[in-house]
Amino acid sequence: MPLLPVFLPTDVLLWLLVIAAVGYGIYCARRPHLAQPWSRVFRSPGAVVAGVLLGCYLLIGLADSLHFRARLEQASASGQAAYAPEVLSLLDVALARLRAGTERSYSAPLATRAFVREMVEQPDGTTRRGFPRLRQGGAHLEDESQWTEDIARRALLGLACGAALWLLLLWSIRPLMRRAPAVPWRAGLITVGVLLALSGPVVVLAGGYHVLGTDKVGQDVLLLSLKSVRTSLVIGTLTTLVILPFGITFGVVAGYFRGWVDDVIQYVYTTLNSIPGVLLIAAAVLMMQVYVDSHPDLFPTAAQRADLRLLFLCIILGVTSWTGLTRLLRGETLKLAELEYVQAAHAFGVSHGRVLSRHLVPNLMHIVVISVAIDFSTLVLTEAVLSYIGVGVDPTTVSFGTMINGARLEMSREPIVWWSLSAAFVFMFTLVLSANLLADAVRDAFDPRVRIGVA
Amino acid sequence: MSDATQRTDRAGPTASGAAGERVLEVDGLQTDLASGAEIVHAVDGVSFELRRGECFALVGESGCGKSMTAMSLMRLLPAAGEITGGAVRLETQDLLALPEVAMRAVRGRRVAMIFQEPATSLNPVLTVGRQITEVLERHLDMTGQAARRRALELLDAVGVPDAARRLEEYPFQLSGGLRQRVMIAAALAADPEVLIADEATTALDVTIQAQILELLQGLQAARGMAILLITHDLGIVARLADRVAVMYAGEIVEFGTREGVMRAPQHPYTQMLFASLPSASRRGMPLAAIPGQVPSLARVHTLPGCRFEARCNQALARCRDVKPPMIALGQGVDAGRVRCHLRSEGRAAARAPLSAPEIWAEAEAGEASAPTLLRVENLQVHFPIQRGILRRTVGTVRAVDGVDLLLREGRTLALVGESGCGKTTAGKAILRLIEPSGGRVTLAESGAQVDLATLSRAALRGRRGVMQIVFQDPFASLNPRMRVREILEEGMVSLGRGGADAAARAQRVAALLEQVGLPGEALARYPHEFSGGQRQRIAIARALAVEPRLIVCDEPTSALDVSVQAQILNLLKQLQQDLGLSYLFITHNLAVVEYLAHEIAVMYLGRIVERGAVHEVLRRPQHPYTRALLSAVPEVDGVREVIRLGGEPPSAANPPAGCHFHPRCPQVRPDCRAAYPPAIAASPTHTARCVLLAPSPGSARA
Repeated sequence: MPLLPVFLPTDVLLWLLVIAAVGYGIYCARRPHLAQPWSRVFRSPGAVVAGVLLGCYLLIGLADSLHFRARLEQASASGQAAYAPEVLSLLDVALARLRAGTERSYSAPLATRAFVREMVEQPDGTTRRGFPRLRQGGAHLEDESQWTEDIARRALLGLACGAALWLLLLWSIRPLMRRAPAVPWRAGLITVGVLLALSGPVVVLAGGYHVLGTDKVGQDVLLLSLKSVRTSLVIGTLTTLVILPFGITFGVVAGYFRGWVDDVIQYVYTTLNSIPGVLLIAAAVLMMQVYVDSHPDLFPTAAQRADLRLLFLCIILGVTSWTGLTRLLRGETLKLAELEYVQAAHAFGVSHGRVLSRHLVPNLMHIVVISVAIDFSTLVLTEAVLSYIGVGVDPTTVSFGTMINGARLEMSREPIVWWSLSAAFVFMFTLVLSANLLADAVRDAFDPRVRIGVA
Repeated sequence: MSDATQRTDRAGPTASGAAGERVLEVDGLQTDLASGAEIVHAVDGVSFELRRGECFALVGESGCGKSMTAMSLMRLLPAAGEITGGAVRLETQDLLALPEVAMRAVRGRRVAMIFQEPATSLNPVLTVGRQITEVLERHLDMTGQAARRRALELLDAVGVPDAARRLEEYPFQLSGGLRQRVMIAAALAADPEVLIADEATTALDVTIQAQILELLQGLQAARGMAILLITHDLGIVARLADRVAVMYAGEIVEFGTREGVMRAPQHPYTQMLFASLPSASRRGMPLAAIPGQVPSLARVHTLPGCRFEARCNQALARCRDVKPPMIALGQGVDAGRVRCHLRSEGRAAARAPLSAPEIWAEAEAGEASAPTLLRVENLQVHFPIQRGILRRTVGTVRAVDGVDLLLREGRTLALVGESGCGKTTAGKAILRLIEPSGGRVTLAESGAQVDLATLSRAALRGRRGVMQIVFQDPFASLNPRMRVREILEEGMVSLGRGGADAAARAQRVAALLEQVGLPGEALARYPHEFSGGQRQRIAIARALAVEPRLIVCDEPTSALDVSVQAQILNLLKQLQQDLGLSYLFITHNLAVVEYLAHEIAVMYLGRIVERGAVHEVLRRPQHPYTRALLSAVPEVDGVREVIRLGGEPPSAANPPAGCHFHPRCPQVRPDCRAAYPPAIAASPTHTARCVLLAPSPGSARA
């Protein structure tokens, strides 16, 4: 076997989540009361635009969640296959050129020469301080005066490829458009068009340049930005997996049984809410770090260690942030439990468990969907903040937070190194904005109070 | 002072001299609402005129476009609404052509409006006085002391007691009736020429409603305003209106004077509306329910003929294809007009009055013979009032305070009272949906007597099937996430009744649907696909699924339109005949009681004040409260003398000493304050808790 698949815990959970989402989609499609609001979501142009963008992020994230160790060429003496110690993902393979093409240090976007002055050996054997040519960026240019021409040529080629792809897509989804005329296809196609117009040139340019420059150790910033997407997605989605069981169980139980159960749950979440979250997270992450360091045999690769820390961060973030959902659900349950269909169920002697599972939880799901959608963007931002202050993900894990953290020193340089921070900002901003737009559309579609003219 | 005199001058003889002159004219009004991809033609070519000093009623069932008409006149349509045609002329000015700035000067100044819900139509963070002076400032440039004086006068005029203190109070400190009076005061502040009352009394209790109607009548007479009364209640029309227009599916189908429409309705829809009203004279026979439903207002333009044709019992062949014109039924401005092909062949006969002579023979028969099914003795439900962080109990709301009831097999007991009297709480406590604080609820069970009030949850579960409940709101009583089949099977599965296996249950569910008159394909659908009446049928089928002997009906028809109410009442009556069910019918609607009930218990502030056979209580009421309640119900036939009750029902947390009713009682005596009167028998089956009944010498019986 040429590859040894590596199942990192977060990979497994992320893929399980994807399967669950597909399952939920099928479940919804069969139930008109659920299918209707979802179809309303995708009738809003904003939601379609956001959906397309999120879909791209998701593709990148999922490609980065299939990990393996490549087989080494030279088999060991015993005939057993030996595998590289480095864990790679599908995305890493696709971006192999970017990974390989590291520079010595900073370089500006599309630059051909380094950003920092170094001792350069002259053709005549003398050395003097200057900006050396990059190993990768523009290395194919014999003469730097061809730079403008080369960039323009590559950009145009990229645009042409993008346009061709777009037309192909347009042609292939034509029957789909005819089947669902209510979906604002135009908005979706324009978004895809803009994305292709941007990514086409980027892909072609990346063949010869560092499109977004390089960071302090010479890594390509574009690569870092793309790798950060997975971290954000993992934090944004897996954390909700932790939140949901706590939030739903405690919220519904408190609202339904009231009395001392309600008192205890309220006490717990009020107490938890009054402890500063950062303090709790920092303490928990440090504890975990100590455990990992003292058991090196359990985690053979660095990737596994980093992944464990990521997973642990999700768990601890989840444990500290279920209170909001619980409070929402408790209030709604208090209201629903007084409704007449619940009372009718009591009149039939229906057991508490069945009342909860058949009458209350299904009628609360719209709140859960809305709050999951809104929580996602909050969590992505929280990760950035936590990594910035150093209690977030493992320093070896690439994330928007670590990129921003690195930019602290870059901002104080003269001249300023702006591309790292800008790239992290643009990528994260787009992700959070589209998540928010989608959350808005979901809330509008599911919130019964906003529904107009629907009986 | 001079202001007030001027007002009297203007409103007095001079106004009546101008009475009859047209003040507002609506001509071919068209209002469309965008609802998703559809256009709903909410108002479709409505024309009428409003004359000075008259009360013009626009009557119709929910969704017929009457409120949208009012909103169009005020140009206060929701964002999705648009006036697409017609004209609204206030004297000579076309309101629809005015710019919004000029329209704001008309609203409140010349045309004012009062809304249905007094709880939400006042701003909760402004004092009452501020809300009235706001209008005065805006329209009359009256500020400071002058405005305050005027506001005080207005509150006095609408009968708010202690007006000077009320000016400084906030809406939450006022009761529903008082809030509605404040709303009216604010509407009258700028002395408008037209007052639009959109279901202004629908949310109020009958005794309060009677007060407000009387107030409107008085104000109209004193000021010579024109009132556009929008209502679904034919009784209110009979009491207040001079002329009537009946709306159906966005159109006016009949015009006439009150006498004309009430005595001899010409349109089949109006006729059937009257025939579907429950009353004593229809006891024992089914009500003439209007079959089917109002056509969707989004699709009315595709109907080539009469919009009522599909539901009409007298439809002709051409009704389907030819749209009937408005046919005048005589000469003169007050002659009736009707949109019906039938009337081109002549007028319809006058209808028989509803209040027929006493036909209670059926009620008397078998009175004592039926065995007792349920006996409620001294039922109490008290809610503690808790304050502070330690949740100390500082008081008790005695929602139900010693209620005795007796229900016989196959009979209907009506529990009647105004909102907040504890009737619903009593009904739920009998089912143990609310835990009773005391008393006994004994169920006759194959010879043995079981006290339900003290049974354990497990023991109670075995008896859940005997008693079921049908709720008021058909939209809140069905789980929107469950299909009809799951809703109906829930009780059967839970209680193991009505079918051992899935096949037997499926058979039973199909039979149930048939029994309540729903099509079989309803099983696979969700509740939101059904109309209010159909949902109530589903709720009844759900209750029937476990083969109960007693159904507590908690206002099952009060959220429904008259014609749908008739369908449900017919169904309940039919089921009682077929299955021998007993009903505990909780309601505030005395006409329904007259039609359906055998015995009646009148409740006031947690206690039964009068109980007896229905004919005894309704024909010879003994308690002053019962008398006032009966007189306050607006009747379609003839206007009765209303016994005016002052004030509002007191709070159950702090009931008055002695007889709870004495502060409002028109016949109060000193000994009423001493102690709650005992039950005194007026006949073997009829008792009332009032000292007036006690055989004491010198008591002034009215």
